[in-house]
Amino acid sequence: MTMVKNAAGRLVPDELPGIGSVRPFEGVTGVAPSPAFNTIMEVKRDVVPMGTNKIAPDLRTAIERSGLCDGMTISFHHHLRNGDRVVAQVLEELNCMGFKNLVLMSSALLECHNFVVDYIRSGLIRQIYAPIRGAVGDYFQTENEKLPPVIIRTHGGRARAVEEGSIAVDVAFIGASACDMSGNMTGMSGPSAFGSLGYGMQDARFSRHVIAVTDNLVEYPLRPRISIPQYLVHQVVVLDSIGDPQKLATGSVRITKSPTQLALAYHAYELMAASGAICPGFSYQAGGGGISMAVTQYVREYMQRKDITGSFALGGITADMVSLLEEGRFQALFDVQSFDPAMGASMLRNPTHYEIDASWYANPLNAGCMTHQLDVAVLGALDVDVDFNVNLLTGHDGYLRSGMGGHPDAAGGAKLTVVVLPSFRRGLPSIKKSVQTICTPGASVDAIVTERGICINPRREDLLKQALDSGLNVVDIEKLRQDTEALTGVMDPVEFDESRVAAVVEYRDGSILDVVYGMKR
Amino acid sequence: MLQSCPSLGADCVILDLEDAVAPVHKDEARRLVAYALRCLPFDGVEKVVRINDVSTPWWELDLEEIVPAGPDVIRLPKAESVENIRMVDNRITELEKANGLPEGGIELHILLESAQAVENVAKLVRSCKRVKGVGLGGQDLTADMGIRKTSSGDELAYANGHMILAAKAAKIDCFDSVYTDINDGEGLLANTRKAATMGFSGKSAIHPSQVRIINQGFCPPEDILSHAQDVIAAAKIARTEGRGAFSVNGKMVDGPVIRQAMNVLAQAGIPCNSEEVLP
Repeated sequence: MTMVKNAAGRLVPDELPGIGSVRPFEGVTGVAPSPAFNTIMEVKRDVVPMGTNKIAPDLRTAIERSGLCDGMTISFHHHLRNGDRVVAQVLEELNCMGFKNLVLMSSALLECHNFVVDYIRSGLIRQIYAPIRGAVGDYFQTENEKLPPVIIRTHGGRARAVEEGSIAVDVAFIGASACDMSGNMTGMSGPSAFGSLGYGMQDARFSRHVIAVTDNLVEYPLRPRISIPQYLVHQVVVLDSIGDPQKLATGSVRITKSPTQLALAYHAYELMAASGAICPGFSYQAGGGGISMAVTQYVREYMQRKDITGSFALGGITADMVSLLEEGRFQALFDVQSFDPAMGASMLRNPTHYEIDASWYANPLNAGCMTHQLDVAVLGALDVDVDFNVNLLTGHDGYLRSGMGGHPDAAGGAKLTVVVLPSFRRGLPSIKKSVQTICTPGASVDAIVTERGICINPRREDLLKQALDSGLNVVDIEKLRQDTEALTGVMDPVEFDESRVAAVVEYRDGSILDVVYGMKR
Repeated sequence: MLQSCPSLGADCVILDLEDAVAPVHKDEARRLVAYALRCLPFDGVEKVVRINDVSTPWWELDLEEIVPAGPDVIRLPKAESVENIRMVDNRITELEKANGLPEGGIELHILLESAQAVENVAKLVRSCKRVKGVGLGGQDLTADMGIRKTSSGDELAYANGHMILAAKAAKIDCFDSVYTDINDGEGLLANTRKAATMGFSGKSAIHPSQVRIINQGFCPPEDILSHAQDVIAAAKIARTEGRGAFSVNGKMVDGPVIRQAMNVLAQAGIPCNSEEVLP
């Protein structure tokens, strides 16, 4: 694997096994119209003969009828997050049926998918395209000898890759909380409702064969809302359970109660207010993290106080956003992924709580990507560096801990991108000289806000002036790094084995931004 | 949390050696507090250490360990008599000298926690030059008075008023006691606004999440601030014209009203030169 230095200063491969040649990251403006055309792949979709009963008696029969063969590509969504049971049941059946060398693509593999390691070892899986963490991440960084690196894409990048044909899906298994006999499906209704089906919607349009997997077969036609229409769906399989939607809102999607995190959230709100960004008609995305949600709380109070109505809120949608919609503070919500199972009910009762697919959300090459219309994005991070680069993937120990989500997409599009994080966590500093893994390039970040003050990217002189004029606590990022390290000490560098690339970080335009190495044995 | 205290917005942080520390842990708490004072950056936040009261065997040990570490303020609970306060003052002075610290550099804040102390407040706040602040220990005081502490704090209205007057006369700060319901932000804000109106210089927070609300409560409301700014602007003109009284927004203004407006601006952190505005 030949490594070349990209525009972010990182050594990245110019060729990947199983993929071929790839181009290094050339800067955030690489998303500008080059190429001039958005190539849409030629999709060959299976024909369903007239009169076919789409309901398969069981998963095995559905797989047999799908024409899936060894070496083909299967896809999943992660809308049920850590409550998902679709991947487990499908892979178990595929393994029992003796399949080998499948390519697994998912919008994310989380801790509940740790069992995937067993199927790598059994030979069922030969390549993965997904953000990984937990045991799967550990496997790729410590054990893997035979599989090519995992390709980690942003949500917009995944949509782009599927749409342009960088990856072709043979069979998509799409979990749905309600589905009828003809394959009309949704995640908004039913006992396992999980909200938006945004990632599944994109896969359904570009896969050769689509299998709806549901635990709630309803009378035809599905009502009151259809997310994926029957003409895109080839088969329907009914399982006892597709998962537990109550596990959607765990972990990082609750508002923080930490006083220091609340303090930093307030600083971020102050910066937004000082910049004039919170104004009538503004658009907004906040991550699902507890700090971002606290920022939204302060933004909401400001909007109420000043009687401001915004245009739309975007992204992973949380319950607090629905409150803003129902209070009339935003005209619409565009929901690609719901961080609360109650969002399904909201979409059913609120006509302007729209369900959008991943391409509409963030594909940089389509003709109307919503992240490009954002005024403000408030986003979290694992750590950042003095060049404003953001790491979302690897922990202090070097291991893959999280995904990128739509972070680089929102940062790349928003007029004001504010990254919020505490200056240290559990005694370890969050501001580094250089992050281990660049996920969102510093060129698309305007400010980094910690509880110790606001660091403004030098390229935003206008924002710096606004912050200083408003008397905000602006600090130099290098000084903040030094002050923080005076408290925490400096961490020893992680010992990677740079001869083994465990994962490749793709920027949203398809260029290679960074790599994650294996750990030294 | 101590490492983060400069970022929470408080003017002072109180490191407690008294009620928050069980008797068996007094020694280690004392050492930890001294270590924190020496090693952590407080970035301009005043370092206040509440020691144990003089009826306990710990107060002197507290001072011996803490004073050399350079606190800004010693907070003395259950200050009952002038003699008690002078005893603490003298011991601090000895320790300042022994450690090469400027004499009188460490301030003393006293807490009144009995009816007798409140009755004697005018004498207590003048017991030594080191006393720069006073507050009520509401829980102990209500217990001593045999009454129940309520969220409104009405039962302590006289004690608070009496103490504020004494503090103002002695030209020292006075602090309102804590609002204990950390989940009631609205109640805290109302309680703080009342404290600001009464003349308290500040208020203690029992949880960091209360700091922003307390700061908000001490910031004058927009209409009051706006009127005060109008008064000051008119006062500057009146002074150059040699007029002692004039009207602003339909209300008569003279020297005392100008001084009140200056106080409002001071609460909002807006500088105002008295020589430019007072007749």
